[in-house]
Amino acid sequence: MRGIEISLNQTQKIRLQRALQQLESLYSKANFNASVTVADTIPVSNEDTILKGHGTSERDGEVVATLCGVVERVNKLVYVRTLRARYKPEIGDIIVGRVVEVAQKRWKLEINFSQDAVLMLSSMNLPDGIQRRRTAVDELNMRIIFEENDVVCGEVRSFQNDGGIQLQARSQKYGKLEKGQLLTIPPYLVKRQKHHFHHLEQFGVDLILGCNGFIWVGEHVEVRESLAEDQLNNTEQQFTKSNTTKEMPLETRQNICRIANAIRVMSILGFNVTLEVILETIDLSSTLNLGIDEMLGPEFHVLVAEREAERRTSMTKRKG
Amino acid sequence: MEFVNPEGLRLDGRRPLEMRQLRAQIGAVAKADGSAVFEMGNTKVIAAVYGPREVQNRSQQINDQALVRCEYSMANFSTGDRRRKPKGDRRSTEISLVIRQTMEACILTHLMPRSQIDIYVQVLQADGGTRSACINAATLALADAGIPMRDLVTSCSAGFLNTTPLLDLNYVEDSAGGPDVTVGILPKLDKVTLLQMDAKLPIDTFENVMQLAVEGCKAIANYIREVLLENTKQLEYRRGL
Repeated sequence: MRGIEISLNQTQKIRLQRALQQLESLYSKANFNASVTVADTIPVSNEDTILKGHGTSERDGEVVATLCGVVERVNKLVYVRTLRARYKPEIGDIIVGRVVEVAQKRWKLEINFSQDAVLMLSSMNLPDGIQRRRTAVDELNMRIIFEENDVVCGEVRSFQNDGGIQLQARSQKYGKLEKGQLLTIPPYLVKRQKHHFHHLEQFGVDLILGCNGFIWVGEHVEVRESLAEDQLNNTEQQFTKSNTTKEMPLETRQNICRIANAIRVMSILGFNVTLEVILETIDLSSTLNLGIDEMLGPEFHVLVAEREAERRTSMTKRKG
Repeated sequence: MEFVNPEGLRLDGRRPLEMRQLRAQIGAVAKADGSAVFEMGNTKVIAAVYGPREVQNRSQQINDQALVRCEYSMANFSTGDRRRKPKGDRRSTEISLVIRQTMEACILTHLMPRSQIDIYVQVLQADGGTRSACINAATLALADAGIPMRDLVTSCSAGFLNTTPLLDLNYVEDSAGGPDVTVGILPKLDKVTLLQMDAKLPIDTFENVMQLAVEGCKAIANYIREVLLENTKQLEYRRGL
């Protein structure tokens, strides 16, 4: 019932419908009946005891869903996996967020969760790379590291007892993100994987798939490995970093836009966003010689849907 | 005035126990966490839900549950005569309050402490029963936003004109000045969360009218459930593995 909000002509409509039907038919029937809506009873066998997980509650001895989603069973645990919902953090998740407030010894980050996340000054690497206690001077200089509205990448460290979450950014790969685009997509489209940082060498672009549905596409920055070297030129580096912003080549900017548009198309269609599929979508757009702006047109949406249907068909064939 | 003609048809051609056509669409507002458009005949309402998100006004934060806010408004073009109504007039604050209380009763607020949920409903076309349509739209939007709820809330109105109980009054019937009962129920729990009537009715007819409205609510609940199930299935298969 959720219409895809693009204006299509008649043939495009039919093609899109056919592609979606194909996707529907590929989907395993067993899972299909596991969809529930609010207040549906979840069938459980009465013989063994079960654990009620998220999205369930008990009423008159029956397990009832409190969310719309798909019922998942892991051993004794029964829970409802939601689709469209806010991000639910797990420890170790890599996320991208935006600084909304600089408070005492901490930054508050908007991460698409029910509360703002906290990034403590003490769980950050200092710009000079030295391990030491944070002083009052560091606290005063917090805005040098991150300001309001900066985009920051970090990792979920722990839960606070009030339900909020704490982040950490203790490695070189975390920190402020500059020169690029931030995309927000529904978090259920991002799967937890081994790698969320991707360096696309052919484009000279960094891609960070945040588990919270915030995706960063930006110019590639070299991760500075050696700390010793760092300390030597840190003072001058700080100046060069902030003052002389090097011009990004036009090609890189175009690449960033192309990748971002590929992700936008996929999130509009509601397909899982993984590196593999993103690259395929970009390939498709460049083989068709499409301009970057044309990628958001109706024709490309239909093509991507058809390609995705094909891809999934071939995948299931290979399995079977 | 005659509201039910001798053939047993109402002004818009319905039978007394017949509801107007329902239509629901999920996902009308791209930026919102959840949104829906709900139509009952010519009444059309759009709802958007934001949250659970960080509380904007710290002093309103509740430490063990979520704060639910609701804002009801009517578009200038929604009624027959185009009128600029001041925002926050008596009628809309009252309806905001009614919707907020009804929705708060079904949201499991204790699962989202220190956060806030905003519900915005706007009437795009008004043809009677806006209150009910707003509640139905808000339910759909909340379910779309993935907010845990005890049950779906559905609402429907019923009236009593020309000594006949009528289901789902439209604007002409509503403005006739007869009794108008708006009922909101939790269909699975079989509980009433909202009951409004601004006139007097004998107790035995009231029971009939209310029973009729409850039947209407149940029919709407079935429809909403179908829409939601279809929506989840679609999202799931499109996403793939």
